[in-house]
Amino acid sequence: MRADGKVPKGPGKGAMKNQKKALLRDLAFLGAVVAITAVLLLVFPEKRAPVFSASKDYLVEMLLVMPAVMVLMGLFSVFVPDELIVKYLGKSSGLKGMLIAILIGTFPTGPLYVAFPIAASLLRKGARVASVVVFLSAWACIKIPQELVELQFLGLRFMVTRLALTIVFVLAMGLLMERILGRELRDVPGAPEPGRR
Amino acid sequence: MNGTTLFINALALACLALGFMKDRAKTRQALKVSVKFFVRILPTMLAIILIIGLMSGFVPPKTISRVVGQEAGFIGVLTVAVLGAILQIPSLIAFPLAASLLKMGASLTSVAVFITTLTMIGFVMLPLEIRILGKRFTLLRNALSFAIAILIGLLMGVLL
Repeated sequence: MRADGKVPKGPGKGAMKNQKKALLRDLAFLGAVVAITAVLLLVFPEKRAPVFSASKDYLVEMLLVMPAVMVLMGLFSVFVPDELIVKYLGKSSGLKGMLIAILIGTFPTGPLYVAFPIAASLLRKGARVASVVVFLSAWACIKIPQELVELQFLGLRFMVTRLALTIVFVLAMGLLMERILGRELRDVPGAPEPGRR
Repeated sequence: MNGTTLFINALALACLALGFMKDRAKTRQALKVSVKFFVRILPTMLAIILIIGLMSGFVPPKTISRVVGQEAGFIGVLTVAVLGAILQIPSLIAFPLAASLLKMGASLTSVAVFITTLTMIGFVMLPLEIRILGKRFTLLRNALSFAIAILIGLLMGVLL
């Protein structure tokens, strides 16, 4: 997503255009990497074998998990719509609310910027700042498909330890931010307004 | 195929079957979304795979461990944290990259810090987050995320 300030809430026309632009950027990046690889391997033919074998190992490993992960993400995104999230998070507060926030943050899919409007509408509906912070952080770094890929590549011990630490610190961060900003955030800009930066 | 791969694929299949039992049309739509996700992530995935190959062929592990390994110390951790906050790599692809770095001599701490700042902080997204959630909220959230990423990484280095 570009930071051009024209970011729609839903998958509107602007979003489609942005996605196309992002895809082109990614393709250009891939092209550049392929070109660099080609040149390097032409100049250093003896490096071909190690480079290809390392790439092949990772390619195989990724192809074994990525389709399944994508299926999970697709299912989550269709069966758990944004409104459901707002409904469940909006009314609970206290520690229970924060735990629900973690849980719900792990379910859905999509990049972090998709969660910003959800967070804003939660705040406008009077949700606790702590819960919203926890929700955003969980959305960012504890999504289930993501944890599965972490498990595959970095192992159970790494994944579990990082997950546990993240949950603890994210809860603490939510409470700290609430301490600083106040329990209910009144100055959420909310939906894009003309004349507001 | 190892246990994790089997588990992930079995889980996906089970969820898919459940979806089909609950709502055929929705599940079909979900599969379309999945294909779109996959197409979207494929170029970056292939690029990162090549980069991993190049790194293992051309960059000696000594260099990696000097830049992001134990020897690099706190400066190394900070560098990695900033890189994670700036770079826009999809987190799913970041794990294989992190694994290859770990194998080549990066420290556990820097790998954990990298993943955490990469997912929690988006430098490019800052203006957008400010517009939607306000300046105070955004700056505080990103600053604190940066700090806890480093804390999580340091603790992981101690624990594992």
